[in-house]
Amino acid sequence: MRRRYGLRAVVFGYLIFVLLAPLVMIFYRTFQTGLHPVWQTLSDPNTVDAFKVTLIAAAIAVPVNTLFGVLCALAIVRRRFPGKGLLNAFIDLPVAISPVVVGVSIVFLYGRGGWFGGRLTGIGHSFQVLYALPSIVLATIFASVPFVAREVIPTLRELGTEQEQAAATLGATRWQRFSRITLPAIRWAIVYGVVLTTARALGEYGTVAVVSGNIIGKTWTATVAVDQLIQNFNTAGAYAVSLVLAAIAVVVLVAMTVIRPQESR
Amino acid sequence: MEDRPVSAIAAPAAQRSRKTGAGGRGTTALSLGVISTFLIIVVLLPIAALLWEAKKAGGHSFWQAISNPEAVGALEVTFAAAFIVVAINAVLGTITAWVLVRDDFRGKALVNAVIDLPFALPTIVAGLTLLTLYGPYSPVGLHIAFTRGSVVLALCFVTLPFVVRTVQPVLLELDVEMEHAARSLGASDFTVFRRIVLPNLLPGILSGCVLALARALGEIGAVVTVTGGLPYRTEVASYYIYKQIQGYNTGAAAAIAVVLLVTAFVLLLAFGAVRFFFTRHERA
Repeated sequence: MRRRYGLRAVVFGYLIFVLLAPLVMIFYRTFQTGLHPVWQTLSDPNTVDAFKVTLIAAAIAVPVNTLFGVLCALAIVRRRFPGKGLLNAFIDLPVAISPVVVGVSIVFLYGRGGWFGGRLTGIGHSFQVLYALPSIVLATIFASVPFVAREVIPTLRELGTEQEQAAATLGATRWQRFSRITLPAIRWAIVYGVVLTTARALGEYGTVAVVSGNIIGKTWTATVAVDQLIQNFNTAGAYAVSLVLAAIAVVVLVAMTVIRPQESR
Repeated sequence: MEDRPVSAIAAPAAQRSRKTGAGGRGTTALSLGVISTFLIIVVLLPIAALLWEAKKAGGHSFWQAISNPEAVGALEVTFAAAFIVVAINAVLGTITAWVLVRDDFRGKALVNAVIDLPFALPTIVAGLTLLTLYGPYSPVGLHIAFTRGSVVLALCFVTLPFVVRTVQPVLLELDVEMEHAARSLGASDFTVFRRIVLPNLLPGILSGCVLALARALGEIGAVVTVTGGLPYRTEVASYYIYKQIQGYNTGAAAAIAVVLLVTAFVLLLAFGAVRFFFTRHERA
């Protein structure tokens, strides 16, 4: 019995020291300084622009990665093709590599002297990729590739195909089988994956910091803003932006907790 | 072992593929086309560009770049800190999972939810708060910031969930009766742990450790603020690369980036091998 309390104390101490104290600190500091400096930073046009860039990047990265994740999971679980093992290992690569390495790679690809260096020419006009919104979007997509696929794959495996085969014998079309059987079954796994993807997309720092070029008011993201404000000794400003990001994190945690029981049934 | 992943890459992949005919050949080709185009544009091309850049500089400047004293120092700090962090995770992560599964107390659901905080909170925010808490103006009187201890601390925050979340499902499935039987035969608590619990948890602990190691080797957000990135002391490899690319020193950035890239590849292989090895009797 005594040993049980001992273990519990060790775990509580560890979690408080490493996890809880930092989280509480953000809210405590805001409470200490009042809401005025927070409001001052958050109404600054540069901060507003930083949040805008973050939201745009996430708004593109999350749907793209969700679609890709579901397609990928369906292919890995249900199809047979050469190189499947490779694909399965490959989609984990983005979370195994250092974000900075990813950022540097994007710089080499789109930077001066790179294969797609300089400006990319589109239909009738050219646009800048590196140190501009497109590279931030690319970096955000890269950083959050595997989350949806990794959540959906085990659920699909458990589901099997018996129900769909039964539906097929009853004359259901492929789309009917997907929308009435597969999709409802993997719904919560997708939502869970989307929550993880969103959290990562909003909070990605390393990759974005390298490719954004830190142009204030243009390519600052929320996380780059936190870093730059710290470096400019504007701790109050950094905490104001952090407060918003931490509030989002708490919402994400609540969402994860609510969704998980459904996912495991 | 239940295959419900919590971290993105914790799902067992080494499972038999089902021989099912869902979907025709045409749609298979189409979806594979979409998947591979996406992966090539988003993931493969940048990595190829990195390797090309490193190759362009040539073997000599590559060796020069990775034998630069500051680079060597950064790599040493990174690997040393990462291995310490993995050891901490292996022990404390397993204990945390144990308490979450076997112990019972009020607010357990809350504690369980908090474990995922590092997945939800941007790491740069974590770095900022760690700096305030354990920095020069620490309200609790702990001055860890800007020391090597701060590298370990920041990486502990970032990697905390991995081992907990890979061990937890295994522990949930583990039959308590084996332990009861052993105890009734006179085994001590330590013997029960060593002979029954640990062997069962080992695959979970190991795969969690590999994931944590990969994450620890590459982290920059949490590390950059609280460690100050002092060369030879608290500068990690990621931050070194970041500094080089900011200074347009592309050769050095590419060389160290390739080192981290290769390490990540090796760890992915190790992760696959761990899963493959421990699921061998399930496949047989």
